Amino acid sequence: MESRFRVLFLIVAIISLPGCAATKNLFGFGQEEAPPPSAEPPGQVVDPQVERREIKEPAIDREDFEVGGYVGVMGIEDFGSNVVYGARLAYHVTEGFFVEGTAGTSEGGLTSFEVLSGGARLITDSQRQLTYFNLNLGYNILPGEAFIGEGRAYNQNLYLIAGLGSTRFAGDDRFTVNFGVGYRFLLTDSVALHLDFRDHLFDIDLLGEEKTAHNLEGHLGFTVFF
Amino acid sequence: MSEHSITTIPSTPQLTKSAWLICLVAVVLQIFLTAPVEAADDYRTVIVADPYLEMHTGPGRGYPKFHVVDRGDSVDILMQRTEWYLVRTDAGKEGWVDREQMELTLQPDGQEVDFGDIGLEDFTNSKWELGVLAGDFGGANIVSLYGGYSLNPNVSVELWGSQILGNFSNGWMGSVNIVHEAFPDWRVSPFFTLGAGAIYTEPKSTIIQGEDRTDQIGHVGGGFRIYATRRFLLRAEYKSYVVFTSRDENEEVEEWKVGFAFFF
Repeated sequence: MESRFRVLFLIVAIISLPGCAATKNLFGFGQEEAPPPSAEPPGQVVDPQVERREIKEPAIDREDFEVGGYVGVMGIEDFGSNVVYGARLAYHVTEGFFVEGTAGTSEGGLTSFEVLSGGARLITDSQRQLTYFNLNLGYNILPGEAFIGEGRAYNQNLYLIAGLGSTRFAGDDRFTVNFGVGYRFLLTDSVALHLDFRDHLFDIDLLGEEKTAHNLEGHLGFTVFF
Repeated sequence: MSEHSITTIPSTPQLTKSAWLICLVAVVLQIFLTAPVEAADDYRTVIVADPYLEMHTGPGRGYPKFHVVDRGDSVDILMQRTEWYLVRTDAGKEGWVDREQMELTLQPDGQEVDFGDIGLEDFTNSKWELGVLAGDFGGANIVSLYGGYSLNPNVSVELWGSQILGNFSNGWMGSVNIVHEAFPDWRVSPFFTLGAGAIYTEPKSTIIQGEDRTDQIGHVGGGFRIYATRRFLLRAEYKSYVVFTSRDENEEVEEWKVGFAFFF
């Protein structure tokens, strides 16, 4: 008896299945059928009816490098202050970070000891020539605009730099750490004026015991982006 | 007109000289201070597809927005600096737009614009590399510059020049290296290196004894190249040097360095 009911239910179930399948969308159950695929892929704004020509897009001019020179004053510890000249090459990695190489030259004067003692000289004249090169990492801060009068606005920003290099002074190459702050004033998008203050630190043992000399430099510069 | 007046006005040599100087300064200023005038066809033109395109006064997020270009308008791309593009509208307004917004513009024919993004794949397959490293060379400071050329993604040849700045002596070192990278497609790619070269040392001028000398060197080492952003990578390495001196014993020197490099 029981098995006969089971067979009956099975038969009813088998017959009703295709019917359910056919009517399932009538009640909104199940998946809607996908619309027929459009002839145009999505994102295609213009239907290309004409034969496409190969157009060479002009390359975009990249101006990530900044090159220029500077003139200022450098104080060499114990040897007085003198004019400093230099050149700078920077590569802008992101809008914040840049890497920079600088090379400059200045000249040391007489120490107080040399002036007071009269004739005695600690180093020769050629050894008083100071030349340095440094590799720095810089970070741009406080970007904004400077207004000159009512109708003119110029871009400007400050930047911090720190790096290391080598200084030749008093007959030796000296490992040098330098850091500082600079101000960049952009005359146009590709031409800038700079005002920089830097401290060059190196060890020197010329006057008996070894000490770390602070050599402060302030300079005005002019750079061009390319 | 002005040239005519200069030539006809009788002037002392001093005045002519200063006139020439003024002319020179004027020409130089003219070159630098005027925007480059080129045919409009030389620039890439894109159509604004987003509701608007924001123009900043300078190439950075901190520079103020001063103008907005509407959807459907076209702009010329004048130049690129880092991730920022200097664009000019049809009305002649110029401003800087960041890469994220530029990537949503379309070419005049409706296709997407390819800005040639540099990524990890270029880091793996680049041919040339140029970098600077600094660190410790057996107790002395060392600053190095190197250039490399990839023979294939795994093997490259490098030329190194270093300045060594110590307490007792200074020196210069040059070497040729072969570098092998086992996994060049990794963001942090380990490498193994072998090389040979020469080292020149001179004692400091405050030290009486000692003489300048040049010795041959050989070294073995390893390290990591780490992809940072765009064409920029960081590099850290250790090298163990053997200095073949003319004395009875060879010197061994250990070196640790970190720095950065560009690939192109």
